[in-house]
Amino acid sequence: MEDKTAYFDNSASTRLDERVFEAMKPYYFDTYAVATSEFAYSMGIDAKEALEEARSTIADSLNASPGEIVFTSGSTESSNMAIKGVTSALKKKGKHLIVSKIEDFPVLNTAKALEKQGFEVDFIEVDDTGRLNTEQLAETITDETVLVSIQHANQEIGTLQDLESISNICREKGVLLHTDATHSFTRVPIDVQKIPVDLITVASHTIHGPRGVGGLYIRKDTPINKWMDGGFQEFNLRAGLENIPGAVGFAKAVELVTEEENRQIKALRDHLIERISSEITDVILNGSKEHRSPHNANITLHYVEGESLTLHLDMRGFAVSTGSACFSRSLEASHVILGIGGDHERAHGSLRFTFSRYNTLEETDAMVDAIKEIVAQLREISPLYEKK
Amino acid sequence: MKFPYSEKVLDHFKNPRNVGKIENPDGKGLEGSPACGDMVAVYLNVNSETLVIEDIKFESYGCASNIATASIITEMAKGKTLEEAKNISWKQATEELGGLPTVKAHCSVLAVEGLRAAIRDYEEKHGLVSEKETTTEEVVRRRLKHVMNPMAGLDIVRTELVTKIEINEGSVRILIDLPSDHQFASAIKEDILEKVESLWDIEEVKVVFTE
Repeated sequence: MEDKTAYFDNSASTRLDERVFEAMKPYYFDTYAVATSEFAYSMGIDAKEALEEARSTIADSLNASPGEIVFTSGSTESSNMAIKGVTSALKKKGKHLIVSKIEDFPVLNTAKALEKQGFEVDFIEVDDTGRLNTEQLAETITDETVLVSIQHANQEIGTLQDLESISNICREKGVLLHTDATHSFTRVPIDVQKIPVDLITVASHTIHGPRGVGGLYIRKDTPINKWMDGGFQEFNLRAGLENIPGAVGFAKAVELVTEEENRQIKALRDHLIERISSEITDVILNGSKEHRSPHNANITLHYVEGESLTLHLDMRGFAVSTGSACFSRSLEASHVILGIGGDHERAHGSLRFTFSRYNTLEETDAMVDAIKEIVAQLREISPLYEKK
Repeated sequence: MKFPYSEKVLDHFKNPRNVGKIENPDGKGLEGSPACGDMVAVYLNVNSETLVIEDIKFESYGCASNIATASIITEMAKGKTLEEAKNISWKQATEELGGLPTVKAHCSVLAVEGLRAAIRDYEEKHGLVSEKETTTEEVVRRRLKHVMNPMAGLDIVRTELVTKIEINEGSVRILIDLPSDHQFASAIKEDILEKVESLWDIEEVKVVFTE
């Protein structure tokens, strides 16, 4: 048994980078004042400056203005704020909302909650690689549509949507667009000067930043209501004590992501896909080959069950996740794998590998070797596998 | 390292006993759960004089609790008569394993059902089964005792989720005391359909949740 876990579940959470932790520390021990105390004492000015500097860093990463970034407690809050805030501000215009079928839970379940309150929600289909049919999107938009929310990269299969076409369609039809970029932020850049998206959910926990911090980009003049009542923080849009150490850590994490690192992560990911596809029979890559976030691989290994695979891998020191129903908290197969036209069987034996800064070639190779052995062992006892 | 299962479960998961297939078995059962996707096959060789299970093997396309339960149940059934083996309950199997997480109950119940299906197969092939019975509320209730409530790790009858069963000319209506958007609603519904739809004189099954 290995001493250290080789962690390949970086879309769930990442290891905090020491440099991020060091950047955050002074805002717990020295400059711990609230930013809104700037007129009372100097520590408040320092706190306010740190917060605004962090805001500028996040804004720069999207080519946005600092006044368009609001800090939140993470992507769940950001997406709730975007969807509930905009639909509330535009309730006179209509009660129609469009999301994709394979959104992550913050968007999917916010849409379902609004449906219960009388909104009409269309859940747009995706093709077998997870890409949205943009023509169908255009046809679904009506005069009543107040918001379209389509993710950038998928949380499970990594498929990237054609955000440029989607945003242009929304712009032409005069409808606001929100995108959940939790699983692409800094790995696949978005330039808001080139892509007319109105709201973007971003988060820190996927890029070695602290958890419990996120942000929402809100394009200038976008109608949005405050949805959580309290103080006047964050341009009177997000009430509550500012998480300054969190914001500073988030900004540091954004600064530390480089193009070179993204290339390395992608190379490692490609190596994993290449080895599994060529060395194990009866496997499928779930999601798009070309339109894919660089750190994600999702592979179905037929005739075996995902939770058995992950448990065996865990016992050998490798952490991965699966779309199997046995693994999920609702005992349901992954709605993403089912959404791309897969059946329960495809979800049942699916493994998701998500890479980070800390993964190495050695551990990736060791994991593939382990998977080969475990799959052979589990197929041996599977009633579906015809021994060859 | 920490695992969500007992050491005995992990042992049976890592080194499952009586794994494989019996060629031309005397009895065979294949059970699958659409709710979780797991599948288990059980093969028996039975002494036709004494009705003792002389050999038993299983195959699993399932998660850890499915594999471990199937493994332990083959150990428990080997050397027992069909009547004795039929009475091995899911509860006894999980106790033998040192317990299972409640949410995993339905994956492991499948292994017990696989054994019972194999026994039934043997009995049918050897003319040991009586006439088909007409489906009554009691028959449905008996089937529902094999549908797990993932919150409790006990069946949905015992945990009082089943509030009403109505049977009307081949159609069954089952009322479940859960909201339709409950975390486990879809999984429970699929499991109920799987268990009740196979009744020979039933054509339609409706599962109704409370709003």
